[in-house]
Amino acid sequence: MEFLSYLISGISLGSVYAIIALGYTMVYGIAKMLNFAHGDVIMVGGYISFCAMFYLHLPNVVAVLLAVVVCTLLGIFIERLAYKPLRNAPSLAVLITAIGVSYFLQNSALLIWKAAARSYTPVVTGTASLLDGRLSVSYISLLTIVACVVIMLSLTLFVSKSKMGKAMRACSEDKAAAQLMGINVNATISATFAIGSALAAIAGVLLCSFNTSLMPTTGSMPGIKAFTAAVFGGIGSIPGAFLGGLLLGIIEALAKAYVSTTLANAIVFAVLIVVLLVKPAGLLGRSVPEKV
Amino acid sequence: MTKAKKKFFSLKKTTRIDLATYLGVIIAFVVMTVLKDGGALNRKTLGLLVPICCYMSMAVSLNLTVGILGELSLGHAGFMSVGAFSGVIVSQSLLTAVPSAPVRLAIAMIVGASFAALVGLLVGTPVLRLQGDYLAIVTLAFGEIIADLVNCLIVGYDASGLHILFNLSGKKTIDDLGLDAAGYAIIKGAQGATGTKTIASFTAGFVLVMLTLVIVLNLTRSRAGRAIMAIRDNHIAAQSIGLNLTKYKLMAFVTSAALAGAAGALYGLNYSSLQSVKFNFNTSILVLVFVVLGGLGNIWGSLLSAAALTILPEALRQFADYRMLVYAVVLILVMLATNDPQFKTFFAKLLPHRHSAEEKEG
Repeated sequence: MEFLSYLISGISLGSVYAIIALGYTMVYGIAKMLNFAHGDVIMVGGYISFCAMFYLHLPNVVAVLLAVVVCTLLGIFIERLAYKPLRNAPSLAVLITAIGVSYFLQNSALLIWKAAARSYTPVVTGTASLLDGRLSVSYISLLTIVACVVIMLSLTLFVSKSKMGKAMRACSEDKAAAQLMGINVNATISATFAIGSALAAIAGVLLCSFNTSLMPTTGSMPGIKAFTAAVFGGIGSIPGAFLGGLLLGIIEALAKAYVSTTLANAIVFAVLIVVLLVKPAGLLGRSVPEKV
Repeated sequence: MTKAKKKFFSLKKTTRIDLATYLGVIIAFVVMTVLKDGGALNRKTLGLLVPICCYMSMAVSLNLTVGILGELSLGHAGFMSVGAFSGVIVSQSLLTAVPSAPVRLAIAMIVGASFAALVGLLVGTPVLRLQGDYLAIVTLAFGEIIADLVNCLIVGYDASGLHILFNLSGKKTIDDLGLDAAGYAIIKGAQGATGTKTIASFTAGFVLVMLTLVIVLNLTRSRAGRAIMAIRDNHIAAQSIGLNLTKYKLMAFVTSAALAGAAGALYGLNYSSLQSVKFNFNTSILVLVFVVLGGLGNIWGSLLSAAALTILPEALRQFADYRMLVYAVVLILVMLATNDPQFKTFFAKLLPHRHSAEEKEG
């Protein structure tokens, strides 16, 4: 029974990672850039929902929606201002710019909301008791898991069926060819950033509800872990990000419970290294043979 | 034109740049030493001297991996951490055996470099088979693992030698080592190294930077260095002319790790207390920023940007809370400006000879 409760907490933690990783993977798939600022968009989402609930006393649903809207706009804004001018620049230059944006968001949050941790009231409270009360699962865990599955399925549908989704896949395959086919590449990339940032806002709300605390650095470690999750599952692949996130969360929760709390992160990263050595393109990634 | 001057200009362009780099570092060292001895520097600047040397050495060594080998490493601080903590352990255990501080520092730096090289070899052998962003993520993971492992380390020293304990449960303390009365702790788990005798000096920092330069520049200009750059430019072509990819990749990676270890040892012995958090992902990124801003493969660029970007946040102290914000904005603007086509053409017009040289290359 103990194992089951660790497993469930692992799955719900993994679901948060998966939602973040989906954002990472979408952006990577199309813009071919590591968006290091993604983790900080999560933090902004957390703070916006916090302010909406705590200062403006808005209902929780409205607060979450507000966070999603603000983060979406923020994502588009960042892309236009910082990444778009660097479309043809070497990838390292884009990486450093993303790091700059990440510092910028973190330090702006530090100025606006100060360094001290805020206590965050979960958007959903209470626990459900299952199996005659031998197993209790908080509603927020259930909500996270459901949200993650819904998001994953709708994203998969969106990317495979909708016109915009097809445009996204075309752009990720070959930008120049996509442009020749009449696809607005810039608008497609902006849309990808918008979706990624909206997901980050949802992840931010869920993450803060889990940790029940919020700091300007809240997003950085989950951001890095979600990034590893995306790579773990095969970067650019939506089911891969989902699987990678879940596995990462489960490994982390079990390592914390049975091995060592201080070494949990080390174990997660060690598993990642082993997986990449065996399957260099990640679990569900396609390995593209290099043309000579 | 004097004879010496003529001789200087008859040298190859790369040799001239290298000589100028050495000369620049020596001049900077002499000027700073004169200022230091003359008492013209305030305490804050004095405290920055050794870290700047460490970061310069870190930047040059990372440039070997990122700029010259062309592989993105996000875990360079991990090697620094290995060097720092092994250096601190060695230096603290030799307190009585080797009373002379400079000798002890040298031993610590050599040991730090060797340990970092060993770890570099262990990590590099499997990992260098990966490419691009996958290599980046694995080096990132490695850096985080090192930081966590050091957090679990408890080390003490007494008459019977070194005592090392691995604190897996998180409950053990320094008392579990069973040190005798004269024994003392060196590393206390998450608290890190405490009570370290600070023996780092600016002169040692200068020697470190010079050594790093000699090693990296000579490697780059050698046959092996040309092989490494050939692999960077096109690894398939390099392989087809019979270059051993693994050998040359490892050569660059391990050299880079060893130099980072030496820099780490010097850094660790500059502070009486040091936590492994100091060498986390952010530090790796910081050094990467030095390298990219200084120019990939450009050694003197790395030196300059390491010095400038270490001083910049300190110089921005007057902006207090806004300093990191300003730093971030400067970072973004510099990246945008240096990669903007319009900006580039503007500079090309200012420097006409450069423009034509670039056109010839294209």
